[in-house]
Amino acid sequence: MAYDLDFEKPLAELEKKIIGLQRKGDRLKPEEHIQLQEAERDLRHRTEEIYSKLTSWQTVQVARHKDRPYAIDYIELMCEDFFELHGDRAFGDDRAIVAGIAELDGCTVMLVCHQKGRDAKENRLRNLGMPHPEGYRKAGRVMQQAEKFHFPVICLIDTPAAFPGLEDEERGQAEAIANNLYLMSRLRVPIVAVVTGEGGSGGALGISVADRILMLEYSVYSVAPPEAAATILWRDTAFAPQAAEAMRISARELKAIDLVDELIPEPLGGAHHNYQQAADNLKVGVLRQLADLKKLPINELLEQRYQKFRNIGKFGYVPVLQEQEIEI
Amino acid sequence: MAKEAAVPSTGQSSSQNQAKADLAHIGNLAVKCPKCREMLLGRDWEKNLKVCPRCSYHFKLDAFERIELITDPDSFTEIDKGIISVDPLNFSSRSQVYATKLEEERKSVNLNEAVVSGHATIEGMALALAIMDFRFIGGSMGSATGEKITRAIELGIEKHIPVLIASASGGARMQEGLYSLMQMAKTSAALAKLGEAGLPFFSLLTDPTTGGVTASFAMLGDVTLAEPGALVCFAGPRVIEGFMHVKLPEGAVTSEFVLQHGMIDAVVHRRDLRQTLTRLLRFYSKADTSSLEPVEANASHIQATSSS
Repeated sequence: MAYDLDFEKPLAELEKKIIGLQRKGDRLKPEEHIQLQEAERDLRHRTEEIYSKLTSWQTVQVARHKDRPYAIDYIELMCEDFFELHGDRAFGDDRAIVAGIAELDGCTVMLVCHQKGRDAKENRLRNLGMPHPEGYRKAGRVMQQAEKFHFPVICLIDTPAAFPGLEDEERGQAEAIANNLYLMSRLRVPIVAVVTGEGGSGGALGISVADRILMLEYSVYSVAPPEAAATILWRDTAFAPQAAEAMRISARELKAIDLVDELIPEPLGGAHHNYQQAADNLKVGVLRQLADLKKLPINELLEQRYQKFRNIGKFGYVPVLQEQEIEI
Repeated sequence: MAKEAAVPSTGQSSSQNQAKADLAHIGNLAVKCPKCREMLLGRDWEKNLKVCPRCSYHFKLDAFERIELITDPDSFTEIDKGIISVDPLNFSSRSQVYATKLEEERKSVNLNEAVVSGHATIEGMALALAIMDFRFIGGSMGSATGEKITRAIELGIEKHIPVLIASASGGARMQEGLYSLMQMAKTSAALAKLGEAGLPFFSLLTDPTTGGVTASFAMLGDVTLAEPGALVCFAGPRVIEGFMHVKLPEGAVTSEFVLQHGMIDAVVHRRDLRQTLTRLLRFYSKADTSSLEPVEANASHIQATSSS
């Protein structure tokens, strides 16, 4: 897989050199053989170096990489079996959300995931991974079913945002998301959410009120997509990189301020360089968290979940002089 | 009554022009209705609860005006007045220095946060309330906003009284990043607890109710009311038009629009608001719990529960 992002230019050059040498195959001279080994080592080191200090905006580019594994890729690589459940039973089936029952390490779990498309055609089907209200309602429906059958819920988060169309307003995008926040905060089974790519705004939160929030190493999670935040702050999407930096949206920065529970390491150069390894890491992380959560009695789990979100937020106090400041 | 001369310069700029229009009155002597352009006498306008007598345009109320409008005189006790926003991310980028902005807003609006919370009575019936104020950074929801709203809900649970939240918000506060987003989950989780305690939540949507506020507590009312003509939406007209490359039809994403599409229960004129809330409080205070006794319970158990 090619290094094709802006900040990966030095890596791309090394990669080109390596491919050139590899093409020679058996005709490789002894000194070229050494060159190849050195170039490979160099590529590894440079990649490690660059990726160890990605900025927020660079992380956004990795999280949005066109080759990044999506939910269906992870499901295929992680689960022994999967049966997709469709439709919200009220309006339609939103293909931007993939939900269903899966066998994971011998146990049945309920999966609720965003799904982006790989090409133009699939992106029409998946609506660029931006769910409509019926997607959130499908998610709510299957999560209630998970509660009924005591299946843990695993959510894979990867969406730019909930879709902002007029029809979405008509069908209650806000209500659909709000209802999931309400539902998930009291759902009587363990919930683990993993941000695998973009965690965009309410569109991401709508399926990630969970006992544990994990993030892949080069994923992002933000209150609004950087472009939207730039529009709100400066009325210009061109300042998206500045918005991304200022909002500290990369997984690493969010872990540093304890807004996420665990980072899942990615293969060198990002998940798209090695699907299997990315999926293996994801599986290990999810299973470990689930094992921990399953030890808790359900009421304690719910209270911990409540306290988890209850305690998010930083604020201060100022002394209040009674009656004095209330001249309005 | 409010010192509205200085319009805060804010980052949440989507509805700011509207806010300026709302405040385009000259020392309260005369006010121009931004909708029908009628010149209104300041005194008449205030007497009419800041509603245009000609076209019924509802001007924005600040939190204290709204509290005065709906609660019994002198019944309101404010809580958590000293909670203020801090700058958890050291947000400073291109002309936007959040810490400075907070200072300015506190001074110019004379509020510590975008919400005023506490408890009061309406026709003698107690309730907890959180009333948002659009003047403070466009009513945007940051950590302190979410905390105050959550505490108001928890006050309802603790005192076993209903909760009213009046929304007026441009959405989540960008400058607090993911902390802001998580306030949606925090407030919704508190409402779920309120619901489990069997207590009603009344949501009042006022102009504007948008973004993360709409997609959390605002849309979770057991009864959801809206003032006429309020902007009520998730994405906002500018975003929808920009994204979809369409011009929104007249009256889209307003109170009447969401009523028509089944998202709220009623659009209530400001003059009827107090009376409507009174009726609702009465209805919901008369829950019949007698049938909730466990059938298999023995006599002593019934006694124990009914005396509690």
